[in-house]
Amino acid sequence: MANPIDLAAQATPPTLARKVRGLSDRAIAWIFVAPTIFLLLAINIFPLIWTIRLSFTNYAANKPNAEVKWVGLRNYERILTDEDIWSNMTTTAHFLIWTLFFQVVIGFTLAWLINRKFKGNDLLTTLIVVPMMLSPAVVGNFWTFLYQPQIGMVNYIVEFFTGIPAASFSMLGPGGLAPWSIIIVDTWMWTPFVMLICLAGLRSIPDYIYEAAEVDRASKWRQFWTITVPMVLPFLMLAVLFRGIENFKMFDMVNLLTGGGPGDETLLTSIDLKREAFEKWRTGYSSAYAIILFVTVFGLASIYVKALNKVKER
Amino acid sequence: MTRTSLAASAAIALAWASQANAQANELTLCWAAWDPANALVELSKDFEAQSGTKMNFEFVPWPNFADRMLNELNSGGQLCDLMIGDSQWIGGAAENGWYLKLNEFFDKEGISMDAFVPATVTGYSEWPKNTPNYWSLPAFGDVVGWTYRKDWFERPDIMAAFKEKTGRDLTPPATFAELKEVAEFFQGREIDGKTIYGASIYTERGSEGITMGAMDVLYSFGFKYDNPDKPYDMEGFVNSEGAVAGLEFYKSLYDCCVAPGTSNTYMGEGIDAYKSGQVAMQMNFAFTWPGFEVDPNVGGGKTGYLVNPAGPNGERFAQLGGQGISVVANTDNMDGALAYIKWFAQQDVQQKWWTMGGFSCLRAVVEDPSFATSQPYAQTFLDSMAIVKDFWAEPSYASLLQASQSRIHDYVVAGNGTAKEALDGLIEDWTEVFMDEGKL
Repeated sequence: MANPIDLAAQATPPTLARKVRGLSDRAIAWIFVAPTIFLLLAINIFPLIWTIRLSFTNYAANKPNAEVKWVGLRNYERILTDEDIWSNMTTTAHFLIWTLFFQVVIGFTLAWLINRKFKGNDLLTTLIVVPMMLSPAVVGNFWTFLYQPQIGMVNYIVEFFTGIPAASFSMLGPGGLAPWSIIIVDTWMWTPFVMLICLAGLRSIPDYIYEAAEVDRASKWRQFWTITVPMVLPFLMLAVLFRGIENFKMFDMVNLLTGGGPGDETLLTSIDLKREAFEKWRTGYSSAYAIILFVTVFGLASIYVKALNKVKER
Repeated sequence: MTRTSLAASAAIALAWASQANAQANELTLCWAAWDPANALVELSKDFEAQSGTKMNFEFVPWPNFADRMLNELNSGGQLCDLMIGDSQWIGGAAENGWYLKLNEFFDKEGISMDAFVPATVTGYSEWPKNTPNYWSLPAFGDVVGWTYRKDWFERPDIMAAFKEKTGRDLTPPATFAELKEVAEFFQGREIDGKTIYGASIYTERGSEGITMGAMDVLYSFGFKYDNPDKPYDMEGFVNSEGAVAGLEFYKSLYDCCVAPGTSNTYMGEGIDAYKSGQVAMQMNFAFTWPGFEVDPNVGGGKTGYLVNPAGPNGERFAQLGGQGISVVANTDNMDGALAYIKWFAQQDVQQKWWTMGGFSCLRAVVEDPSFATSQPYAQTFLDSMAIVKDFWAEPSYASLLQASQSRIHDYVVAGNGTAKEALDGLIEDWTEVFMDEGKL
């Protein structure tokens, strides 16, 4: 029976075969990657360059016929000297730091507990990851009801444990609770994601390392700090990277829960940017805003990835 | 060319021609998704029957309406042939060429703007304001007013308790001071075994809610957008003593008399609160009123309707709502869209529009002697439309609106700073917007 490759070769028209034979390996490689590079340039690089260009102008997308003026660094200067934007940055940082903190602590703890063998382990794992399968819009909507002072469960739980009347405070209203309320919802939704990554890390540790430690009479506490934590750390750092980038651009859930309020207490930079770009139509200004955020995330992520690589090399 | 290819070409040409013909006989009308839109679908069936044009509708829920439709207009999309857009869009729509200017068409068809309620012509059609440049036909009159639980106000035990507490009779409030007194009386009161609250007011942060609510009060306290003799001169008008007192009043109403957790509420939440018997009074646009009349809990005479109360100096204004119907400039069915407007402007159509729940702006309808008694809320609607004021309708209205949303919410709901600081800050924000626009 003839080899299929030979059959295919025979079926190739001689003119085409001659052309292909004339191409170097490098040329063929370029032919294969060219569509990807083209798409990357068209979808990522070109818009980025275009955005950088727009950030130096007063362009407004809702005024296509208006004269576009070159304003130099004025947009950047206005953004970086705007107290409101710094306040939004602080709000975003508060949200980012605390969500990462809670998700890492709770996610790792859950993973550590789930990693033990017990009956119903698989079912429990499935149940725990349900929140992250939901749409942020759904989560935002039903937590709005859970936080409702008169009918919501949260206030009644607080009343049950503390005696503070349920209707006397509002988790999403004034009183400084709103920034913490959005942290609670994000933690509820995304802790399972961190847990799953930590679980993968825990399960990748070979048993013989613990057995060797047992032989050396290392305590459980010492095993945890010298084996478990260092070996899970790269996974944990990866989870923090993913969640950090996601939460830096958090929009949908918070927009549904609070709309940035009360006042501007939960106005994250992504919500503010969306309003500048697509409600106020200050395209040039918002391009500069987006570039500043991009540079911030890119810079922090680069430093973080270097640290992650160092941890992995250890 | 072979016979087969000839036949294929003919078939393609026929299909193309019939598709083009179908498009020419179709219109898409874009509006918000709410009760009046459903009434318009029913009303438009008459137009379909008369003209043979198929009507399509694109309705978007209010919270996303401006975003979705302004994006559509902005991107030059061809989804909509007709747009019933918000009154504040008119400046941007006119200056950016989104809407067709209708003056020539009105002249040709004998449609006179004098035939419509003046406030709606200014609010929905004119740009620049107070000039005879028309970009839409007033389609749906709307205004912020108040509803109250008439059945509770007329209950002897409640009336007696109110008299005992305040020393006066429980009557529908005519001033904001009275409104607050009534709201305080009802706040936390047990009625039929249920705790109820004073009032539902607008506090929504994301789109336009708290601005519409606060302005509805501020106007009657003396707030003005700018110097009537010097446009865009806001100092002493936006932050006048009266305006500051008005904003302080709105905050005091929020602090004393709303249901817990109502820090982000707008039209929908107000309707729910009122229908469920949670509040004694409710601030909301008039479009909600027909729905209350047929509601099993608050309909059938249980609801009373109030014109916006007067401020401390007796001034009385109300926030304008409502929309005009415009032809989208880049429609591919201009004749059809204009034919719809011509049909909609007719008196018998407008009369039917009112009976179906649409708030007609045609004077022949609303000034008809039978109008005031045609619905329990008709007179209140008429009186309210006579005292309307509207938010900026500038092309930059969205920036102006976002600034007021932030400043007012920050003071009223979050409780930061003072009313004077909020309004001073608002002048700063608005000045920056007008400077960017080259108007200052």
